[in-house]
Amino acid sequence: MIDYDKTLSSRIFDKINIILLILVVVATLYPFYYITIVSLSNGNAVLRGEVSFWPVGLTLDSYKLVFQNPAVPISLRNSLVYTTLGTVINLGMTTLCAYPLARPRFSGRRLFTWVVTITMFFSGGLIPLYLLIMQLGLINNMWALLLPGAINVWNMFILRTSFQQIPEELYEAALIDGANDLQTLIRVALPLSKAVLATLLMFYAVAHWNDFFNALIFLNDRAKYPIQLIMRNIVILGRFEQTNELGGGSDFAVIEQTLKYATIMVSTIPILLVYPFVQKYFVRGVMIGAIKG
Amino acid sequence: MTTIAAGAKSKAEPRSRLTLSRLVRIFQRDKYLYLMVLLPLAYFIVFHYIPLYGITLAFKDFDISQGIMGSPWVGFKYFEEFFSNPYSWLVIRNTVVLRLWQLAIGFPAPIILALLLNELRTMRFKGIVQTSSYLPHFISLVVVSGMVISFLASDGPINNLIKSLGGQSVPFMQLPEYFAPIFTFSGIWQHAGWASVIYLAALTSINPELIEAAVIDGAGRWQRLLHITLPGIAPTVTIMFLLRIGQLLTVDYQMILLLYSPAIYEKADVLGTYIYRRGIIGADFSFATAVGLFQAVVGLVFIVGANWIAKRVGDTSLW
Repeated sequence: MIDYDKTLSSRIFDKINIILLILVVVATLYPFYYITIVSLSNGNAVLRGEVSFWPVGLTLDSYKLVFQNPAVPISLRNSLVYTTLGTVINLGMTTLCAYPLARPRFSGRRLFTWVVTITMFFSGGLIPLYLLIMQLGLINNMWALLLPGAINVWNMFILRTSFQQIPEELYEAALIDGANDLQTLIRVALPLSKAVLATLLMFYAVAHWNDFFNALIFLNDRAKYPIQLIMRNIVILGRFEQTNELGGGSDFAVIEQTLKYATIMVSTIPILLVYPFVQKYFVRGVMIGAIKG
Repeated sequence: MTTIAAGAKSKAEPRSRLTLSRLVRIFQRDKYLYLMVLLPLAYFIVFHYIPLYGITLAFKDFDISQGIMGSPWVGFKYFEEFFSNPYSWLVIRNTVVLRLWQLAIGFPAPIILALLLNELRTMRFKGIVQTSSYLPHFISLVVVSGMVISFLASDGPINNLIKSLGGQSVPFMQLPEYFAPIFTFSGIWQHAGWASVIYLAALTSINPELIEAAVIDGAGRWQRLLHITLPGIAPTVTIMFLLRIGQLLTVDYQMILLLYSPAIYEKADVLGTYIYRRGIIGADFSFATAVGLFQAVVGLVFIVGANWIAKRVGDTSLW
């Protein structure tokens, strides 16, 4: 028998495949690396086009200037508050929704599943939601960022699937021991769904941290802006708070570009730091939802 | 095992008529489940079903003092206004064109990535590729747009490269014809890695005995791809494709909002951004609701239609 996997063409394919995938990795990571080194470089070197593979004239001046903009620390704090509070609401509400839907005994299950599923296929759209928030008096209020997306239906179904995969005997045993549904949820279902909960925590937290659109339409007080909106003003619209300080006497050590990249880094570092630790978890969590959902 | 199951069954309540006392008993037994569901139910009613009612605004002249309910009906006035304006058709065309770019190039990208990853023999390297290719999915739109804009700026790295090769600097973000490829490829850069997860899951669920049998029968790698791997992931591909079809008139307008400028509206303005400008910025609520309703209805028609065709042609469908 010929082993086709050892033929010449097969081995050539393996080599090409590895090269292609190395290119994928480089194309993915180089932009982050480039932003990092530019943000750490001297502006003059960047202007002369000397910065491509390592920082030139290593300096933290851009970062100092970013934090001299009073809007940056304020907005970072706002984002932290919105993310923490929003994620707690998300996880609580998603659990409250997923658990009854996972219990075969729950008599309203079919009806409630319908109520939930319909919202996946048809929604009122942007304007009716905006008017609702207006009528609730939540314009320029942080609750407008936290409540409308309290339950992501996809995430909810992932958690429901995870609850359903717990052997029915465990639920029965808890009930026989005299536990009610609330106690069963807390002592049986949640501890056995840790991987999925960690995944959802990551999804929800990242979504809150990265959100700019809800803040754009619902908030108008700059003191309440999250970091993403401040970053949009600096990076995309090119609006600085203190343009007069740019290059002020420091021989253009800080230029617009290094300042923009330093801002990007400041807003992205939390995600880059957390990502490596949680990514193993969430791939497994998503697989559960993808295969069984 | 069977006796336990039988025992559990005999303990279940006999199916009797729905009497009041039985209802009370069920409620007693499940009261915590009902309590739990209360908050999510309220959430769906307030934030999903009340806005659904808000759609009636598309057929009314919105009067802020009267509220949605009290505003006078005007029939299809705003739909006529929308469809009689040539600019609307430009916006619809832009939306569809960007979607088709995404379907043609963006849709196959994660499938190809998953297939290439599946052919790797070193698990360690596979893990590295996966971990890094998922990362951009978790980066904010503002950062990704900021990267795109500054990399393509006249003094950005791409133009520096062009200039060092003796070419002329190109103002990419100001030229309408570049918008579709820029939007499509930045979307692939950000999401293709993450989107490949679902195909990798489908690949791992292919029965390894099938592959072993094919190897014994002398099938090469290409033949195994054609006859085992691709048919194995076909249902997943079909489902993902159906979901995309339903989004024919929905592109990622938040990304476009960050990337576009009036200079390239002729190619970059889409239904989502148009609704945002007319509705939120212009406070033209009824008109913008009508456009949104048109978008939603077309999406629904397309997903139902695509599902119907998929059911007749193959055996994979969404429902």
